Amino acid sequence: MSQSFEEISAQLKKRHRRSARMKWLTMGALILSAAFLVVFISDMVVRGWPAFQQAQIQVDVTYNEQSKEIPLAAVSEEFRPLVSRGFFRILPLRMEDNPALMGTTKTQWVIADSPVDQYLKGNKNELSSSQRNVVDKLVKQGRAELKFNTTFFTTGDSKMPELAGIAAAAIGTMMTMLVTMAVCFPIGVMTAVYLEEFAPDNKLTQIIEININNLAAVPSILFGLLGLAIYISFFGVPRSSPLVGGLTLALMTLPVIIISTRAALRSVPDSIRHAAFGVGCSRWQVVRDHVLPVSLPGILTGSIIGLAQAMGETAPLIIVGMVAFIPEASMTLTDASTVMPAQIFTWASQPEAAFAEKTAGGILVLLAVLIFLNALAVWLRNKFERRW
Amino acid sequence: MSTNIVFLLFCAVLVGLGGVAFVLSRAKASRVRASGTLMHAQPDQYGWFAVLTTAGPALLVSALGAFALLLLGAEIPVLYLLAAGLIIAALGLVLGLKQVRPDFHARRAIESVIRKLLAAAATISILTTLGILISIVGEAISFFQLHSFWDFVTGTTWNPGASFLSAAGRGDEGGSAAQFGSVPLFAGTFMITLIAMLVAIPFGLGAAIYMVEFAPLTVRKAAKPVLEVLAGIPTVVYGVFAALTVAPLVVDIAGLFGLDASYSNALAPGLVMGIMIIPFISSLSDDVINSVPSSLREGALALGITKGEMVRNVVVPAAAPGIISASLLAVSRALGETMIVVMAAGMRPNLTANPLEDMTTVTVSIVAALTGDQEFGSAQTLSAFALGLVLFIVTLTLNIVSVIMIRRFREKYRVNNL
Amino acid sequence: MNDTTLQNFQTADETSSTSPDAGRESQSDAPTPDKGQPVTHNENIEENLSVRVRDLSLWYGNHQALSDINIDIFANTVTALIGPSGCGKSTFLRCLNRMNDLINTVSIKGLVEMDGHDVNARGMDEVALRRRVGMVFQKPNPFPKSIYENVAYAPRMHDMVSRKADQDELVERALRDAGLWNEVKDKLHEPGTSLSGGQQQRLCIARAIAVQPDVILMDEPTSALDPISTATIEDLMDKLKQDFTIVTVTHNMQQAARVADYTAFFHLGEMIEYNATKQMFSNPHTKKAEDYITGRYG
Repeated sequence: MSQSFEEISAQLKKRHRRSARMKWLTMGALILSAAFLVVFISDMVVRGWPAFQQAQIQVDVTYNEQSKEIPLAAVSEEFRPLVSRGFFRILPLRMEDNPALMGTTKTQWVIADSPVDQYLKGNKNELSSSQRNVVDKLVKQGRAELKFNTTFFTTGDSKMPELAGIAAAAIGTMMTMLVTMAVCFPIGVMTAVYLEEFAPDNKLTQIIEININNLAAVPSILFGLLGLAIYISFFGVPRSSPLVGGLTLALMTLPVIIISTRAALRSVPDSIRHAAFGVGCSRWQVVRDHVLPVSLPGILTGSIIGLAQAMGETAPLIIVGMVAFIPEASMTLTDASTVMPAQIFTWASQPEAAFAEKTAGGILVLLAVLIFLNALAVWLRNKFERRW
Repeated sequence: MSTNIVFLLFCAVLVGLGGVAFVLSRAKASRVRASGTLMHAQPDQYGWFAVLTTAGPALLVSALGAFALLLLGAEIPVLYLLAAGLIIAALGLVLGLKQVRPDFHARRAIESVIRKLLAAAATISILTTLGILISIVGEAISFFQLHSFWDFVTGTTWNPGASFLSAAGRGDEGGSAAQFGSVPLFAGTFMITLIAMLVAIPFGLGAAIYMVEFAPLTVRKAAKPVLEVLAGIPTVVYGVFAALTVAPLVVDIAGLFGLDASYSNALAPGLVMGIMIIPFISSLSDDVINSVPSSLREGALALGITKGEMVRNVVVPAAAPGIISASLLAVSRALGETMIVVMAAGMRPNLTANPLEDMTTVTVSIVAALTGDQEFGSAQTLSAFALGLVLFIVTLTLNIVSVIMIRRFREKYRVNNL
Repeated sequence: MNDTTLQNFQTADETSSTSPDAGRESQSDAPTPDKGQPVTHNENIEENLSVRVRDLSLWYGNHQALSDINIDIFANTVTALIGPSGCGKSTFLRCLNRMNDLINTVSIKGLVEMDGHDVNARGMDEVALRRRVGMVFQKPNPFPKSIYENVAYAPRMHDMVSRKADQDELVERALRDAGLWNEVKDKLHEPGTSLSGGQQQRLCIARAIAVQPDVILMDEPTSALDPISTATIEDLMDKLKQDFTIVTVTHNMQQAARVADYTAFFHLGEMIEYNATKQMFSNPHTKKAEDYITGRYG
């Protein structure tokens, strides 16, 4: 009645090939997606690595009355164009702070001007051929070299690429995140606790739930519009400040924290609640003493992921003006400030090649922080995860 | 005294009063209990209740006062306000102490306050949505009072720059008046979203199918974190990648075929946005495909169907509502994505079907309108809110449709599993 | 043909005697009766043998779920597998069409032979095997397609039909054979999930017989159904055995007694006794089977 295995197998050949083709195609999709990540990260590393190096040259600096008046005179004419103008700018201040320097001549390493930096890194630059010869000579004498770039990690933005750093933006990010988490962590956890443990199942609760899900999918730039119209124009919160940025991001992060906290609360089995009710706990006591402690790792994991998301957000901050030029970090909540992704955005729009390198360098720093945060979240999850 | 010090002093006194309230009430309750009377609550709970009656009304009054002071411009001297707050706190303390009676349910009172606090927190999310709506709708209405809604929806020229001149009373010198025809912006947005979806849906769905249906457990375990990292990269970083790496590459490759591409072509941001959305689609589809009941897979395999046929004819159709729902959410994300297009797409409104030309999007125009040195009330800034309103409505609709579809999927399989 | 089987079986039964250590024998083509092989295969009934299982053992990781199963399944009969839950009867059933392949940690030793081929052999295509060994599951699992498509899908994939008319005819025949035609003939294009549970299960049976397999495996096909649907499906099994070999797992001993020609009793991964149903229920050879059948455990 039916066919033999041999006959069926012969018919199946083509169908098996098609099935295998599907497997390879979908596998290709996955591999390519992973490859994007590899290409992407290596592109950033290649571009950003030079940002962690900085050209310095060893020159004789003369500290005297004349160089206090005209700082450029402190360095001999031959090397003058090779030294960062930022160095000359701070020279008089340094001499005031340290009067003992007056009247001495010191051979010291100073930060080189950006074109020298670019020349040593083998990039296109504006050095004249005679200047190149001078730099070549210095290199031969061991008086010009690429050193680890501490400036990048200690200063704020600057019009001079060799002096631009990520520190001010990092502090701005910290202040902004402080505001964000201070606002959205308590509110988010409270909302989640209310919805999971207390709320009656009525229309209002359903509206709140639908609303939270929708809020999670609202484009981030619209939160910027809200910040601009409500916080800045209506409440008069200072523009560009970590306060307004933090409050804007808090509203954006709120649904993330609510949703992950609810998931964490939901994963606590009802048997624990029933046991606590059984020994006479009130609802709040059950939540405070039994449900929250057990679900805390889950809540923290979700919050860290929300924090990482907020930290990488740029669009709403541009709208509330947090793309300011900030050379000096300020530790207040109301002064103009910038954040790391906004600093990257600013650098990316500068035409000089030296800033392209800063852009990628800033990205590497930002990614390192974010990967650290995500790894922390994963570690927390794995360490404290309980299966019921 | 500066306001900061006054404020700190106020807080310190309030905390002090709270502490006093706690200690006194607890001591009183302990005394009552020690005397042998049965009480409805623990001494600690009476203590906490007294803290609530002390600090709660005082804080509320001060907050309301501050609100009136800052927003309504009421002339209340700060010192009076704070003094009033402290007096209320002292009254509250007395009241709290009075309530330390055996027949008073201190615990129940505390819990009802906590419950109300939690409910208040939950309404903040509603207030946020209302805030978005009010801020956007309000400004959008002001915009439509200046410019016709019909021109906004059907006009094909977006030229807000001229409004600056007319605002300065030099409208005639600029030649043409400002024009706010949003069609080219939406066309550009649509084009870039389309390119992104053409990348993201096949790759994201393919990766999800492979991970659920074909991959060995080890591959699955290794691939998930990779996709999570891809999803966690900030959009500004993708923007840099699109502008510095992909856009020149597109120009070079187009050059090989003798095509002329702009450096701010629509293809580069579209492609990079697609890459950005891959993990989004793959993780959502992964969940959906995983939740297709395995009995369907077994049913198909038991008929002598190959695995590929099973995936294509049984699993994917069963998961289709969920996959469509994920794709709609992805479209909504692509429409609202800002940084990639701000950095890599053009600024020139351009109505074209050629992805190698530069074109601009809604989000780019919003950013452009709000980052200039414009007065807040000018037509150009207001136009950003009008665009924002449209964006909000479109994304909201997409989200709602997607939620309905995914709900249908869930219900279907709960029923089907019997 | 049925008569011959039964007749032959009687002979087989007389020569067989089962014991708790049944099936511990190493594989041999001609098992000796005195060593307690459950049902000897008889030279005379070779052509009626559908599936031959010898020394089949199965492990989930390190846990052994089946040990040394020996069984002969005869064509055009209903064979019931009974035993307490967790005894391995479903696992054994899924060995017959290699559904256990879907679980990564499974390892299998021993012979499952069908049509002269070792089912577990390297060269055996499990898809071809499943084409000849169909399966009906515990819970009805119709595809999220129309009733018509549920039945027509697999035959179309197998190129069994080329013209639309052939396909219509095949669908009608399968639905008639499954006793569902009269109930669904006016709503063939409604989704399969819109039917009642019992109808869904018969749809799954129609889907299985539409590909015209040799053997149909049924894994507790009525456990999720109401008594009336159960009776319908039991009648159906009785009818279907004219064309197919049916192996069914059941929790319900009355069901085994009603529908099965042969019954195998499993306990803790071993097959304790395999016998004609009448024999099994009136005079089981082993104490364990007797205790189970009389309801002392399980």
